[in-house]
Amino acid sequence: MTDATGRTATPVLSLRDLTVEIPTRHGVLRPVDAVSWDVEAGEILGVVGESGAGKSMTGNAVIGLLDPPARIAGGEVLLEGERIDNLPLQKMRRIRGKRIGMVFQDPLTSLNPLLTVGEQLTETITRHLDVSDDAARTRAVRGLDEVGIPAAKDRLGAYPHEFSGGMRQRVVIALALCAEPTLLIADEPTTALDVSVQAQITALLKRLCRERGMAAMLVTHDMGVIAETADRVAVMYAGRLAEIGPVAEIVGSPRHPYTDGLMASTPAASAGQARLRQIPGAMPRLTRMPDGCAFHPRCPRVQDKCRHDPGPVVGKADYRAACWFPIEAGEDAA
Amino acid sequence: MSPSDPLVAIRNLTRVFDVSKPWLNRVIERLPKRRLTAVSDVSFDIPERTTYALVGESGSGKSTIGKMIVGLLRPSKGNVEIEGVDLFAERDPSVIEGIRSDIQMIFQDPFASLNPRWRVRDIITEPVVARGGDTKGLAERLLEQVGLAAEDAGKYPHQFSGGQRQRICVARALASEPRLIVCDEPTSALDVSVQAQVLNLMSDLKDEHGLTYLFISHDLTVVRHMADTIGVLYLGCLVEEAAPEVLFTKPAHPYTAMLIDAAPRLDAFGREVVPPEGEIPDPIDPPPGCAFHPRCPLATDICRRERPPLAPFGAGRVACHHAGEIELKAA
Ligand SMILES: Nc1ncnc2c1ncn2[C@@H]1O[C@H](COP(=O)(O)OP(=O)(O)O)[C@@H](O)[C@H]1O
Ligand SMILES: Nc1ncnc2c1ncn2[C@@H]1O[C@H](COP(=O)(O)OP(=O)(O)O)[C@@H](O)[C@H]1O
Ligand SMILES: [Mg+2]
Ligand SMILES: [Mg+2]
Repeated sequence: MTDATGRTATPVLSLRDLTVEIPTRHGVLRPVDAVSWDVEAGEILGVVGESGAGKSMTGNAVIGLLDPPARIAGGEVLLEGERIDNLPLQKMRRIRGKRIGMVFQDPLTSLNPLLTVGEQLTETITRHLDVSDDAARTRAVRGLDEVGIPAAKDRLGAYPHEFSGGMRQRVVIALALCAEPTLLIADEPTTALDVSVQAQITALLKRLCRERGMAAMLVTHDMGVIAETADRVAVMYAGRLAEIGPVAEIVGSPRHPYTDGLMASTPAASAGQARLRQIPGAMPRLTRMPDGCAFHPRCPRVQDKCRHDPGPVVGKADYRAACWFPIEAGEDAA
Repeated sequence: MSPSDPLVAIRNLTRVFDVSKPWLNRVIERLPKRRLTAVSDVSFDIPERTTYALVGESGSGKSTIGKMIVGLLRPSKGNVEIEGVDLFAERDPSVIEGIRSDIQMIFQDPFASLNPRWRVRDIITEPVVARGGDTKGLAERLLEQVGLAAEDAGKYPHQFSGGQRQRICVARALASEPRLIVCDEPTSALDVSVQAQVLNLMSDLKDEHGLTYLFISHDLTVVRHMADTIGVLYLGCLVEEAAPEVLFTKPAHPYTAMLIDAAPRLDAFGREVVPPEGEIPDPIDPPPGCAFHPRCPLATDICRRERPPLAPFGAGRVACHHAGEIELKAA
């Protein structure tokens, strides 16, 4: 099913009430709690939130790489309309690398130190695509070239440690994309890099998604990176989705008090002011989740309802916030 | 020291590390000695009760300068004068001890810098105990000043979150009533909402205690918020120094402009960033002349031959043969 713009009408990725649980001595923890969203072809969904919010767990649940005892306890993951959360290990392994590419914070976790970059690329290409060794080599060179590795052909024989940190992350991106996946999951891909290299890598990801019509889930704690890279933004807090919508709305006029506080506490947002706006307290631990809305102990708009009942989901088709008292347009937040 | 003298004066500070392979390998493989210049001829002043920020990408020499100021590392050349005393030339141990007790340091990682087996009370009072001072009620008082509770003195570090641990580090730094605190990426490991709490706390304490900060960070937005003066480092060299508003609106050095353009901005959704070209060169074998010339859009012959000195420019200083010719792309 294809519409006039050439997009498939089915989202590339759909999460339906995805829930991850970890059984522990202190009871069952829920690092991901009923999270739902879609990512369309050619679209970058930025997933943002403070550390421990459940961003990585969500990404790992999608690619079937949860570390036991963490497990998907409810909901569904659909890739191009087809359920993948209940697939046998063997089938999931074929999907990873082929239909879903992955990039993590530390490029060395994705690279084998004992194999040359060329060997790793051609191995991945021949495993997933039906091409000859020669064609795979040609593709490998093209892949490195596309991610901006200078003299790509001469670098096939180089080992990962012979590249700088930024170049290594480029190699990982080439590796993630060489089998032409429809979905890319990038978890803090630029967090370990310097700003100038970060700008290079985010520009690269943006260009590749656009050119290939690939869907991407970009996980990061950096609001600035999200603002410049994502088309839509999902804000997570204590395992739950706080707010989701187009980047201009989430960054420009957030409605969830948590998003608003997060944005206001970045030093960039209060240029020229003597004090930064701060959110009191810290995100609750999973072992001590408050009743009601998880943000209520820190929320400047809290009322009695919030303490007992998690907020309702308000919004329209492409915008949702989970809050009893969302900020209205033009209203002063705190 | 007259009242107008800076609290900290750094002159021609240089630090070279020997990064050669072990001696035996070198002999067998016939390798030459390898030296890395982490800090190269850096001079600046920090007036009392101000915040001087050092900003630069990783490996630019920020931490090495911080460590030389607090005395954890010896300079290879140049000197560090604090309260008018050259710490590495002074012979009188009691003078050195007196100055050392005026300097404290806060590090990036609040997890690694607190001894997990000590109670918070002992961690905080340690710098005072070491000097035989009076610590009665000290930890409790400091904990309240940094926004924690007096009862927290009896707890262990693992009972606190990252932001709370950094508050404990701040309390410990304050215990000996220092005049200068060197903060090396103090909030880089914290989430933004918690970072805001710690930065506000540091600003408040500075006013209350009349503190002077050397504030080291790779984060331009944090530095802009905190600093009275910013020094920009590239490959161990101080390339520009200016007040925040001047630096961010009219950077005079092409590297400063590149950094500002590359930093992600909240108000710029959908902005098409033209990312900077190239990467930081190998510090063991830096380019001749101006170290930035291979990546510089303004580079000419002289840049490839001669290292530009840090010279006055407007109200600040800049080390560039083409100072002021650059413009911000994003402005
Ligand atoms: N094995 C485990 N046992 C208990 N809690 C865990 C385990 N692994 C992760 N968690 C918790 O799950 C939550 C979500 O973690 P994560 O998805 O990594 O967060 P983020 O990527 O947003 O920083 C965190 O609170 C973390 O402490
Ligand atoms: N003890 C050391 N031995 C060898 N090289 C070092 C040592 N400490 C730092 N360096 C090198 O000196 C340069 C500057 O390091 P550093 O001051 O830590 O930079 P920054 O704090 O700006 O990231 C880097 O190239 C680093 O690798
Ligand atoms: Mg994570
Ligand atoms: Mg450092």
